[in-house]
Amino acid sequence: MNSNTDQKNKLHTTSILENNEISPGVYVLKFRKIKDFKAGQYVGLTTDLSVTPRLYTIASGIQDDEVNILYNLKDDGWLTPRLSEIKPGTELFVTDPDGDFIDDSSPAWWIASGTGIAPFSSMFRSGLKENKTLIHGGRFTHSFYFENEFLPELGENYIRCCSQESGDGLYSGRLTRYLQDIPELPKNCRFFLCGSPEMVVEVRDLLINRGVEYNKIVAEIYF
Amino acid sequence: MGKEILLGKSLNELTQVVKDLGLPKFTAKQIADWLYKKDVTEIDQMTNLSLKARTALKEKYDFGTTASTKVQESVDGTKKYLYPTNHKNKFIETAYIPDNDRNTLCVSSQVGCKMGCLFCMTGKQGFQGQLSSGEIVNQIRSLPERDKLTNIVYMGMGEPLDNVPEVLKSLEILTSDYGMAMSPRRITVSTIGIIPGMVEFLDNSECHLAVSLHTPFDDERKKLMPVQNVYPIKDVLKIIKDFDFGRQRRVSFEYIMFKGINDTSRHVKELCRILDGIKCRINLIRFHPIPNTPLDGSDDQTIEFFKDQLNKKGITTTIRRSRGLDIFAACGLLSTKELVKQQEKDF
Repeated sequence: MNSNTDQKNKLHTTSILENNEISPGVYVLKFRKIKDFKAGQYVGLTTDLSVTPRLYTIASGIQDDEVNILYNLKDDGWLTPRLSEIKPGTELFVTDPDGDFIDDSSPAWWIASGTGIAPFSSMFRSGLKENKTLIHGGRFTHSFYFENEFLPELGENYIRCCSQESGDGLYSGRLTRYLQDIPELPKNCRFFLCGSPEMVVEVRDLLINRGVEYNKIVAEIYF
Repeated sequence: MGKEILLGKSLNELTQVVKDLGLPKFTAKQIADWLYKKDVTEIDQMTNLSLKARTALKEKYDFGTTASTKVQESVDGTKKYLYPTNHKNKFIETAYIPDNDRNTLCVSSQVGCKMGCLFCMTGKQGFQGQLSSGEIVNQIRSLPERDKLTNIVYMGMGEPLDNVPEVLKSLEILTSDYGMAMSPRRITVSTIGIIPGMVEFLDNSECHLAVSLHTPFDDERKKLMPVQNVYPIKDVLKIIKDFDFGRQRRVSFEYIMFKGINDTSRHVKELCRILDGIKCRINLIRFHPIPNTPLDGSDDQTIEFFKDQLNKKGITTTIRRSRGLDIFAACGLLSTKELVKQQEKDF
């Protein structure tokens, strides 16, 4: 091994406070905050120092004392099957927060699929609410994580697009159809996208085709 | 469950295979010879193995080569091969690019891609899956022009350093004496700057590195390449600056020229600033628009001027010759066309 390529991120040790399944296969992991972060940033997590940390966007607000991580259990993954079994008090290794998927107080549409809601949850919990429209796509009625927090405050500016089930207050259909059917998209606002690569690329193409300038689109990808 | 595949296994893994089958240890080296040095495609053709060894192997393993299902040939000699993968109805592309004294193969490392770069056709497929080392090696092993190859570039579909274990294993097979014994100086791995993967690659391979840069400005790069939000180019360059590449190993930067976006004197100046202290070259690439792109390619005059400015500032800069335009040789175009989207979407 060549020693001159040490990773910039040194790992901190923290311990798990809570680990709850909030929806089938979807969990919120909570641990004590070690470093301040900006809403929209990510941390690397691992349970084993010999394994490269996996990156997860923080879902909690910047003022909170604990860090919340929203994650999907992936059976073929390395970390999430271990995380899903983890108990409060267990040691966890965490990198410094990093990343540049950052919004400000200017008008923006936040568009997410699945657990891609995490950065927007952090922004929302950090106080960004004015001028924001949140569109969340999911397959099932239980896919709209943190909806009880978003609904009262964002009201009509919180749109849940459910592709495989119907439910009260839900738009029935994929979020791409919702975006396609809107008569006019706002001109002077930025569009933040977070979710699967398929969603990000498809929504970005759709927005560009509908006249949104590409430099008004900011995308975060899962990998 | 199908049988396991032998192609793509390292010598260590083959040693474990023969151990598990109760065969002599030297059989591993013999199998590697058949897999990587000879022109056979069946276990039965491994004629220096005993009948008992071949029978034992066949019970659990397949040889693992897969022929291409489609080939397109350009008027300039470039050929694009479409290979099936282990992911149902998903294909990868491999481009063979002959030139005067150099014949380059552009290989894929993933089916689709997660990175979502604005200018890339492969990204429009989304991510379909990782290629195994066997599927990567097969692109070379099953190539009709295999014996003419001089260079390999990991610049096809996918982000190689998002599939580090399989890419590193394929590089070991390509460069080891037991494998295809290519010089690592004939192989270039390209990345958009996945830092953990790049560190692992630099530490564990001798092959050249190419980094997709495309603009020196953070804000512009964020709009073109979402990875900038996660691994900013300044952090990528810091690692490259601190790494000892030695005398032979090379780092280069890929730079697609977009009209009015990244092709000004301001960009030349900033490129010189951020690359200061890195012994490197820049490859300028003409952009050939893909469907639904908001981007245009810079004109030839602008590209020439950009190149001259960089060369004058001391950064060796070349313009990559466009090849295979008539067959859409840019990665992703053919397989995206062929792709039958069957995956269930989560949005």
